[in-house]
Amino acid sequence: MNHACVGRVSKREDVETMARQVLAGEVRSVARVITWLENQEPVGAALLKRLTPPEKRAMVIGITGYPGTGKSTLIDQLIAAYRRLGKTVGVLAVDSSSPLTGGAVLGDRIRMQRHADDAGVYIRSMATRGQSGGLARATRDALQVLEAAGYDVILIETVGVGQSDIEVVSVAGTGIALVAPGLGDDVQAMKAGLLEVADIVVVNKGDREGTDTAVRDLREWCPHVLRTVAVKGEGIPELIAMIAEQQRLQDLAHTPG
Amino acid sequence: MAIATTPIRVLIGKVGLDGHDRGVKLVARALRDAGVEIIYTGLHQTPEQIVTTAIQEDVQAIGLSIHSGAHNSLFPRVLQLLKEQGAGDVTLFGGGIIPDDDVPRLKAAGVEMLFRPATPMHDIVDFVKGLRVER
Repeated sequence: MNHACVGRVSKREDVETMARQVLAGEVRSVARVITWLENQEPVGAALLKRLTPPEKRAMVIGITGYPGTGKSTLIDQLIAAYRRLGKTVGVLAVDSSSPLTGGAVLGDRIRMQRHADDAGVYIRSMATRGQSGGLARATRDALQVLEAAGYDVILIETVGVGQSDIEVVSVAGTGIALVAPGLGDDVQAMKAGLLEVADIVVVNKGDREGTDTAVRDLREWCPHVLRTVAVKGEGIPELIAMIAEQQRLQDLAHTPG
Repeated sequence: MAIATTPIRVLIGKVGLDGHDRGVKLVARALRDAGVEIIYTGLHQTPEQIVTTAIQEDVQAIGLSIHSGAHNSLFPRVLQLLKEQGAGDVTLFGGGIIPDDDVPRLKAAGVEMLFRPATPMHDIVDFVKGLRVER
């Protein structure tokens, strides 16, 4: 095996150099620092302290929802849409670790691999490593790294979650909950938890039977409900517009004076 | 319930025009059960996609399954791209239908290990578990 490679990133390099490379958006350094943070290496925490957030903050969008509702496919479409708008995109895609062995099969990026050759897109799969709530142990830290590296839009995909896994909403500027038609009656739509705290509720697989009912039931209780067919790209421009509007209102609400 | 705090991360996938994924999925599943974090890319990847994915995911190793007969071009191409992009410390291993005559040449080129038909699963697991590279 060839160990004498060009520019290997090592934790023996000083933290300042690594921080500079992350701030310059150097991908190998970004990736290695996220590994350190995932592994809870002390050097990771030291480095994080040196990463100042950029003046123009990233737009952070969390995508959560029940397993198999199409989160990864929706993200694939959002990546394409934001790239068309000239934005760079970072993705943190979380899947479950085995509670028995600690192993994991991280497969979210299968749906996003058409962006693997695009230098304006960084995708990182993260295993939960024992964390509950829908995110991985180091997702918040990794978000900070991607923001420091200058990505314009950061998409966070949670594990396939249950009703009360709402951690992502506290991390993201916009929280999107994904549902599919046929998952319950109108009382499901008024229950507390996921649908209550999401900024936008998306009914994906919206070409299936029961979509109209699901959208109608949800609109009774949730202000922003959209129908999408992510595999065909239907509803994506509307979703992009809704996210922009939601973030604009949020910025207004947080502007002092 | 003993869980290692720092699991090994390994990219597992298929390159080129090759749809035979039963074997690679079994390997991914067995490694998962051995406590490994698998980044599974799925089918039809180019060497370029494999290498950028490996760098973004900061994996310690890449395991490629090839049943198409294109191993003599695909493995060396991945190795070349890894070196060019400063990721020569990533271990490359593979499996699939690879004739006897091709094995020494691929190993000499830098493929760390090739698992061919009838390999016991625990050989693959032991190999990957032995890859403790410091990050």
